[in-house]
Amino acid sequence: MDLQTTIYLVVGASFALYIGIAIWARAGSTSEFYVAGGGVPPVMNGMATAADWMSAASFISMAGLIANMGYGGGLFLMGWTGGYVLLACLLAPYLRKFGKFTVPQFIGDRFYSKTASTVAVICLLTASITYIIGQMTGVGVAFSRFLGVSSETGIYVGMGIVFMYAVFGGMKGITYTQVAQYIVLILAYTVPAIFISLQLTGNPLPQLGLGSDMVGSDVSLLTKLDQVVTELGFGKYTTTTAGSTLNMFVYTMSLMIGTAGLPHVIMRFFTVPKVSDARISAGWALVFIAILYTTAPAVAAMAKMNLIRTVNPGIVMQNASPYNPESQIQYEARPDWMKRWEKTGLLKFEDKNGDGRIQYYNDKSKSEEFNAKATEAGWKGNELTVNADIMVLANPEIALLPNWVIALVAAGGLAAALSTAAGLLMAISAAVSHDLIKGVFMPDISEKGELMAGKIAMAVAIVISGWLGLNPPGFAAGTVALAFGIAASSLFPAIMMGIFSKKMNKEGAVAGMLAGLVVTLIYVFAHKGIFFIKGTEFVDLIGGANSFFGITPEAFGAIGALVNFGVAFVVDKVTKEPPEHIQHLVESVRVPRGAKAVDGAHAH
Amino acid sequence: MDDTSAAYWRATLGLLVKVMVIWFVVSFGAGILFAPALNAISLGGYPLGFWFAHQGSIYVFVVLIFWYAKKMGDIDRQFDVHED
Repeated sequence: MDLQTTIYLVVGASFALYIGIAIWARAGSTSEFYVAGGGVPPVMNGMATAADWMSAASFISMAGLIANMGYGGGLFLMGWTGGYVLLACLLAPYLRKFGKFTVPQFIGDRFYSKTASTVAVICLLTASITYIIGQMTGVGVAFSRFLGVSSETGIYVGMGIVFMYAVFGGMKGITYTQVAQYIVLILAYTVPAIFISLQLTGNPLPQLGLGSDMVGSDVSLLTKLDQVVTELGFGKYTTTTAGSTLNMFVYTMSLMIGTAGLPHVIMRFFTVPKVSDARISAGWALVFIAILYTTAPAVAAMAKMNLIRTVNPGIVMQNASPYNPESQIQYEARPDWMKRWEKTGLLKFEDKNGDGRIQYYNDKSKSEEFNAKATEAGWKGNELTVNADIMVLANPEIALLPNWVIALVAAGGLAAALSTAAGLLMAISAAVSHDLIKGVFMPDISEKGELMAGKIAMAVAIVISGWLGLNPPGFAAGTVALAFGIAASSLFPAIMMGIFSKKMNKEGAVAGMLAGLVVTLIYVFAHKGIFFIKGTEFVDLIGGANSFFGITPEAFGAIGALVNFGVAFVVDKVTKEPPEHIQHLVESVRVPRGAKAVDGAHAH
Repeated sequence: MDDTSAAYWRATLGLLVKVMVIWFVVSFGAGILFAPALNAISLGGYPLGFWFAHQGSIYVFVVLIFWYAKKMGDIDRQFDVHED
């Protein structure tokens, strides 16, 4: 069977499975639509949370970025797992005890103010839509390869499928579907990694393979990789940091606290039966996430190695000099996978020096020695552009793995993107229909009207994010990182102060959220365009790119969070204390006993 | 707040501080600030600082959450505020 047919079959079968489960578990009432009746056991909830969490950014994009960044890419690995520690200890159990089912509801009740919950909805929408833009970029990559079309067409197809998918199911459908999606995506991620680890190091466990010697030599894989990337003018793989140590530090922090502030993740912990389950659920979620996240660095390093082996035959295994013409493949003799990806427009070759061979190297290297060698070899600039977002999907093809593995990876990539997009759309729809329309504007809206409003909100969110996804502000993982920064700077501090400070009042919380959100958005929009619209960047106004101590916009969320805490603290000091009953409420949230099932949908 | 719940909250915060210290030390400490120094040591084929950033911190996080959940359960029972 040829490759394309195999891909259609495997992807088709996986879709049939999800749709079957969604029909079987179809949601009835509003609360079932959003929270599956509060009866999901911790291990299952952990698996579904993991699927919800690991999006196109984790699955499709992250390892490709790590492959390019090397050691500095560890900020994604630490950032997107470390947040679960914060979530498990600082937020999940208390929010579960609080017994409401959306983040704006918690903020509105704790800060006894509709203004606070409305501001929380705005923060939530900004973060979630940015997040979905990143997903759409990833969906576009996956569908373009899957259907053999351009990445734009891929995004249009993806928008349609995500819409049907999210509107159809609801949370209960999604919880069980997501368990199935987790299984598909984790197999799709680990199976090729095991194959490749065996090929390169003889060790079947990628986590150990990354620290092993290359097959048939006594040089470790990482040492070899350091050597070949340096020969091609790139920075050393194991030590190149992300910008600066300070930038890597705040970037990691942003991702961690953003994780703990992202509404679609927090929502999952409202669905467990007990407070103690909320703690354990976060642990299980991280176990299932860690399986992918500890494999990712191996996928990254090995994909980089295999790409270099393909383009520069001989330099990895035979220690040939990369400057010999024979060490650069002829364009006409390029492997089939390159031809397939060229169709998507995400892999490009341009013969700058007209020798018919592919020169893949860092033409912005600062090493004089390397630049001299490149000039001497007649290289006139890097000729191969490989979009970082295709590395994971192309990885099994680069390693010449069997067709069924390639098909499985395609199915996994789609599962990852769809499950997260669906989870985010649920959070958006709950925020708009429940917190905004029912909570603020039309308190006596019918249950049916509320569901309809939620679905319309989803449709609008998909169209906006799909449109912005056509000209994304960065690679999938980079865009998603921006979303984390927004959540980190706006929602995380407000939730933290709501739990850990009895005296924090509504004025402080609202001022803090607004200050954190605004300062972060200004910094991000200055670099990426107002509302991510190309051509509206105003980076000169803030004193040039990364002008704040060299911090990149993706990393700025941690700074925004500091501003949020600071402003909230000052405003709180000059305004009056929260009422007595709110202080009692905070005390009762801190104690597990007496937690009731979530009843947020009907309690008014 | 009565004495028991004040004591319960103190015990909780005490545990949280421990968790946060470990969380910070393995990621921001070993994985970022001290990574260049730790890279002089190797763990198999891994430079140690690189290992913490790409592998080790994640393993510690997983263990940390389960340890916290267990300790927190103990505290709940000790102060008789557990569920059921």
